[in-house]
Parts: sequence; C-alpha cells; structure tokens
Amino acid sequence: MTLYKNLIKYLLKIVLCLTLFPAITLASKLSGSVKIDGSSTVFPITEAVAEEFQIKNPRVRVTVGVSGTGGGFKKFLTGEIHINDASRGIKSKELKLAKKNKVSYLEIPVAYDGLTVVINKKNTWVKSLDVATLHKIWKPKSKVKLWSDINPKWPKKKILLYGPGSDSGTFDYFTKVINGKEQASRADYTKSEDDNVLVTGVAGDVGALGYFGYAYYAENKNKLNAVPIVNKKGEKVLPSIKSINNGSYNPLSRPLFIYVSKIATKQPQVKSFIEFYLSETETLAKEVGYVPMSKKDYKAQAKTFELFAK
Amino acid sequence: MSLSRSQKNSLFKFSCQAVTAISLLVLVVLLYHIMKEGFAYLNFDFLNHFPSRRPSRAGIKSALFGSLWIMGLTAMIAIPVGVCTALFLEEYTNRKNKWVKLVELNISNLAGVPSIVYGLLGLTVFVRFLGMDRSLIAGALTLSLLILPVIVVTTQGALRAVPDAIRYGAYALGARRYHVVFGQVLPAAIPGIMTGVILSMSRAIGESAPLIMVGALSFVAFTPESITDPFTVLPVQIYNWVGRPQEAFHGLAAAGIIVLLAVLFTFNIIAVFIREKFQRYKND
Repeated sequence: MTLYKNLIKYLLKIVLCLTLFPAITLASKLSGSVKIDGSSTVFPITEAVAEEFQIKNPRVRVTVGVSGTGGGFKKFLTGEIHINDASRGIKSKELKLAKKNKVSYLEIPVAYDGLTVVINKKNTWVKSLDVATLHKIWKPKSKVKLWSDINPKWPKKKILLYGPGSDSGTFDYFTKVINGKEQASRADYTKSEDDNVLVTGVAGDVGALGYFGYAYYAENKNKLNAVPIVNKKGEKVLPSIKSINNGSYNPLSRPLFIYVSKIATKQPQVKSFIEFYLSETETLAKEVGYVPMSKKDYKAQAKTFELFAK
Repeated sequence: MSLSRSQKNSLFKFSCQAVTAISLLVLVVLLYHIMKEGFAYLNFDFLNHFPSRRPSRAGIKSALFGSLWIMGLTAMIAIPVGVCTALFLEEYTNRKNKWVKLVELNISNLAGVPSIVYGLLGLTVFVRFLGMDRSLIAGALTLSLLILPVIVVTTQGALRAVPDAIRYGAYALGARRYHVVFGQVLPAAIPGIMTGVILSMSRAIGESAPLIMVGALSFVAFTPESITDPFTVLPVQIYNWVGRPQEAFHGLAAAGIIVLLAVLFTFNIIAVFIREKFQRYKND
C-alpha cells in the first residue's frame, strides 16, 4: 500500500513540475561546461549568477576562477575559457593578441563599483575631497606627510595612507583617474591585496586615509566613514547605490565587465548563461554589495548580445 | 659574572622550556581564535552544501571532495615513486659514485624550491603541453612533484637506519636482493618512511599557490567524478572567504580551517597507525 502511495506521490510531483515549471524543465536539458575566470572584483557577482544558474541547470558545470583581469584575458584569448570577468577594459596589448588569435569578443558591462575613499570615524576635519587634493596626496613622490600639509586649518597629525597593491584593478583605476596615468602613485603607503586588512588599518588609526571598492565600505559602515567626493559638476557626493548608479558619484565609479568570445556563444549553455546573467544581475549584484545598472541598460545589453551571438 | 656549571645547566633547561611554552601558546591562541569564530558555522549542512553568495547557505562540499581527491591521487603517485627512487639510490647504487652524489644533491635542493615554481612547471608541462587542462590529475601530479624530494630524502634516511646485519643475515640465508629489499629492509624502514609521508602530505594539503597556478577554481558547485574533472581545494576556498567583505564569510573561513585541520588530523592518525603497526613488527 505504502509503495503505491509513494508512487502516486511521485507521479503527482512530476506532473506538478512539468505543468508549473515548463521553462525550468526545458532549460535543464542543457549540459556541458561554462568556464569563467578573471577579476576577483567581479567574482562575487559572477559567483552569485553561477550559483543560481547551476541550480536551474544542474547538468551544466559552471566553474569560476580568480586569476585577475590580466591573467583571465590571457586564458580568454587562447580559448581556454569561455568568459572573462574584467574590472577594466581590454588593453591595447591584449587587443593585439585578440587580433592575432582571431578571437572575436563582446564586452558586456554588468555592474558598477564605486571606489570609496575612507577615513577613521574620529576624523572630524575632512568634510569632502576633490580630485586635485587627492592627486596632491597620492601623486608619485608626494610631499604630503601631515594633514596640515593639505589644509593649514587641519591638525598637524601624521597622515597614514592605505591602498591596494599594484596588481589590483582598483589600483589601476584609481591611479588613472587621480594621477592621470595607470600605476602612477606614491609608494610609501600601506599596501594590501586583502581589502579587509585596509579596513582594519583605517579603522584603527585616527589619521588614516584609504581607498577600496564600495562593497567593503558598505559592509563596514559602522567602522569607517566615507569621504564625499567633489564631482565634475562641483557637488559633494557620498558613494551610495543611488549615486553610483545615476552617475553623480564621479569620477571614482567604474563599470565592471564580462567578456565573451563569439566561438563560445555557439555553445547553447554559454549563450544561455549570458542571457541569464543579464536578466538576473539587477537583483543579484545588490545582494553581494555591488551597484547594478538600470533595467534599460540590461535590456540594451541583452539585445546587443543577441545580435552578437547570431 | 660567570655562571657555575649547574647554573648554566638550569638556565639552558629553563630557556628550552620557555621556548616550548611560547610555541605551544601561539598554537593554543590560534586554535582558540579559529574555534571561537568558526564553531558556530560548523554543522552537517556546511559540509554538504556547495559555495554560495549567502553565507547561511554556503558550504564546503566541493572543496572538501576536491581536497580528498587531490590528496588520494597525490599519495598514490608520490609515495610509490618517491620510495622506489630512494630504494634505488640506497640499495642498488654505490653511494660513493659521483653521479649518485650529484642526483642526491639535486634532490635535496629541490626540497627547498618554492611551491609556486612547481605551480609554473605544472602549468607548462601538465596543463598546456600534455593537454591535461585544469584537472584533478594535473593538480595531483604538480603536488606530487612538490613533495617527492621530501619523501625521497626521508626514505633514504630511514633505509640507512636499517642495520646492515639484517641485510647480511638475509643474504646469508640465500635471499636475492629483491627479497632482501622487499622482505626485510623496506618493512623495517616503514616507520621512518611514514614520518616523511606525514610531513609531506601535511604540506601538500595546505598548499594553494601551485594549485591556483594549475587552475584550482574558486567557484565549483559539483563534486569531481573523474580525474579529468575541474576542482577546487580547501585552502583556495578558505582564502576566497577570508577576502570577502561580509563578516559571516570570515566565520565560514574559520569553519573551513577547522575542517582542513580535521582532514589533516585524520590523515596523520592513519599514518601513525601504520607506523605503530610496523614498529611492532620490527620489534618482534
């Protein structure tokens, strides 16, 4: 009797599944692999998308590595992976390699990150900073040692600088915007590839100043203060999901990308993964501390991708 | 001021005790810290879930399986090769031969090469040249290369410690070299060999740099089914969690470390068990 009951229960479940979720049962016919590598900054978003995609398509094997944007491009351009997570655009050197290897690719912006300049909670004197002042502090061989060197009204306290190491895409972007040239920066500051170390450092020193991605500030608002940055219009803007999304937090917000190659889009599971990425990131990016683009942008990206994948 | 001999003696004894106490204290603090942070996250779900963006749903299943696969494969490759190399060098060659000396010198030097170099080698040879892709077998072969020198050197030491009387006794009874080596010398040396195996396997399980080079991944939501499958390992997963902004992930990392320690402990217990078994055999 129980066997019968179980059997009927089972059948009912199957029928329910088939009628209620036709999309899921259809999609789960996909198999094969989706190989992704690249930036550790984009990783949390891709991980979230991969997790959801994997649940809906249990027979597809999605793998995500973190070799850094540059390391990822190397693998991407030799065809070892399908998708590269990039926290910056492709460089001219990499572009040449793409031409040489005849790799046709599409750059898809998927979210924003706002580089956040942070100070200690007890720092009462800094109300905002502009690009010129940040340049004065961070330019190569900068002479700024005390806070009073920046503004005579500020205390004669030692300024302790914290920032990412030179391998990081965050460093590339910050130096380009603030110092006009990638990788150009003063060298006498505390470097760490682990942003949590920077958080602890700035939280522990009254005279500290540092910068890192928005997600790390959003998680540590109780330990640190963000500095409002004077934007191109002259407004003082604090980084927030809203200000990064509508572009008023500039020039320190940057787009994050995924790159997909044309050959890879011929594999249905990769194509379906990208489509899934563009339809889900609006909600998923927020969950992992990043700033999504607008719905319109994602729709436009989806259209571009559709044309590219044809 | 000069110290009497007995004062020197007690001073030395005291400093030794102090040094031991300090290193034990560091270990205790470390373990306490990790246990305090990670214990709350440690449950069956943690072991049985795949990584996730939500800390409450995230688990270590793929990394745990990856590590077990890697350890198993590495042991299967490195132990036979390492032990046989040592056997050849000790039992079948003349130790005074300059070529043998050269080989031995090179092996000892290899034991000190940084692990990332083995990673690069693995990437070029196994992943690219031999076309193994980012697979378990490529990772296991790379780690095998990494720990081979340690196994060879310790095995040589263990073989050297076997008294010649055992060899001569066996020869006197008419045994061939094969029988002497496998019937007498090797079993007598196993306790020493196991020590080398414990040390090298403990090193291998904690390595992440060479495995990242050969392509250990950060997000894998399936368990490997064959040696050609992509994989992740515990240290890589832990590193990934430590770097996340959310506090809860740091707790998960601590829980991951506890799992890693537990796996390491289990491996060592097995090795110690084997060692004890053969120790008794030797004494009988």
